[in-house]
Amino acid sequence: MAQPVLDEISSSPVPPVISPLTEAEALRLREDFPVLRQQVHGKPLVYLDNAATTQKPQVVIDRITNYYAHENGTVRRGVYKLSEQSTRDFDATRVKVAQMLNAASPSEIIFTRGTTEAINLVAATYGRTFIQAGDEILISAMEHHANLVPWQQLCLEKGATLQVAPITDAGELDMAEFDRLLTDKVKFVAIGHVSNALGTVNPIKAIIEKAHALNIPVLVDGAQSAPHMAVDLQALDCDFFAFSGHKLYGPTGVGVLYGKMKHLEAMPPYQFGGDMIYSVSFEKTTFAKPPAKFEAGTPAIAEVIALGTAVDYVTAIGLDRIGAYENELLTYATARMLEIPEVRLIGTAPEKAGILSFVLQGAHPHDIGTILDREGIALRAGHHCAQPIMQRFGLPATARASFSFYNTRDDIDALVQAVKVVVKLFN
Amino acid sequence: MSDYNELYQQIILEHNKKPRNFRVLDSANAYALGKNPLCGDQFAVYTQLDSEGKIEDIGFQGDGCAIAKASASLMTNAVKGKTRAEALQMREEFQQLLRGELDESAPHHLGRLTILSGVREYPVRVKCATLAWHTLGAALQGQSEATTE
Repeated sequence: MAQPVLDEISSSPVPPVISPLTEAEALRLREDFPVLRQQVHGKPLVYLDNAATTQKPQVVIDRITNYYAHENGTVRRGVYKLSEQSTRDFDATRVKVAQMLNAASPSEIIFTRGTTEAINLVAATYGRTFIQAGDEILISAMEHHANLVPWQQLCLEKGATLQVAPITDAGELDMAEFDRLLTDKVKFVAIGHVSNALGTVNPIKAIIEKAHALNIPVLVDGAQSAPHMAVDLQALDCDFFAFSGHKLYGPTGVGVLYGKMKHLEAMPPYQFGGDMIYSVSFEKTTFAKPPAKFEAGTPAIAEVIALGTAVDYVTAIGLDRIGAYENELLTYATARMLEIPEVRLIGTAPEKAGILSFVLQGAHPHDIGTILDREGIALRAGHHCAQPIMQRFGLPATARASFSFYNTRDDIDALVQAVKVVVKLFN
Repeated sequence: MSDYNELYQQIILEHNKKPRNFRVLDSANAYALGKNPLCGDQFAVYTQLDSEGKIEDIGFQGDGCAIAKASASLMTNAVKGKTRAEALQMREEFQQLLRGELDESAPHHLGRLTILSGVREYPVRVKCATLAWHTLGAALQGQSEATTE
């Protein structure tokens, strides 16, 4: 018997209702970050450079301190208590990251020094093995240097061609051009999830589906997405995903590469040495299985363990709630900044994360940065390691405010007030 | 008065808004392009030298912040009519000024360029102020490119 229509309706997916963090919660969470309690040049610090690096909660700082004070022992090779405990905690982070990103297995999580090294790893192993002369690699015009230069250099080495999908004046990926460039000559797609210079959120699920229809693997640069939104790798079905620990409230010097196991097994090792071997003789070496195959030498043990604490911290808050709150901040900041006639926003895509890039008539971003610093406001002024984007918009640089869940509307009001000071000085 | 008013003095803001000698010099016989890789700013400096190495005319063009542009503007005014050796001496003294190594009470050749001494308090901006000088130095020494790195 046919099911009634009602059942069909009730079985259709209902988007989950996400309740953003409240400002009261944000203010409470802000207390977890000791660095935010200070004054800079006599003014309360307003930290708005979260796309460059985020501040660290006390639990992460304590985790590193405690590790070195009481736990320090190498991983994987010691038979004594300290080493066993370090190994257990180190691998626990692998599990936590896999759960946070919904990877199929913790063995698909490789620890690197950061997003840059993660992408270099893929270019140096998968790329060198599977990209041939005449092949094409497709990226977008909004990539930061970390997801551009490794592919450019690989193309030079292999005689392949780097194709660059253009962006619109609003800073959106031009999907018609992307579709045109996505031919069967393309053997790899590398795309940023969120642009660090524009804030644009790319339609990566659709991109991955289009690429997979042609059997093209896709690397997603998640440096600006993993800390600010819930990411489900199995739902996305991407082949590789990279992010940095220090942008996710964890330590510097540690990052993550996710790779589908079928790729990791097919790829040669990245670096050679201890811990990545299965057996060694003077005649022959056989290599360990992933992830050890890609983690040569003593890793950043304290940093990886503390990254696990950072993952616990953001997971407990809820990355979807963090993203929703930061979007509210972005909406508020956009409206307030547009009250200033001299402000021009760079990157006005409808789908954006908490990044607000702008220029001011009459004032160079560096001058904005210096004056804002003296008002206690830390933001980025420069090309954001994304020079082609600046060229696309005919600018040497922009000023960029980027938000975290510990920012509030008061922070944005302080930014607007300080920008008005700059306008007055320079006009 | 906020402390950045010491840096952004009226004369610097005025030179930023209306930079002197902000033009391509068609008659240039020495030229260099200077870049600050950190921020992407760049200036081209054009100089017209006579047979004895005296700077008869000078121009510059490019993108830069107020500090970089005002410094370039003031520099072009200051070195016009100077010999190559005198201009290079001024460059050295200007760098010493921003490093805090110049004894300003002793004789020097900087004149009103000392107005930029406030940049000393902003170490990351020293490269902005010296970009044009690096570029001029390269042009006078027969190099086509300069960098602040």
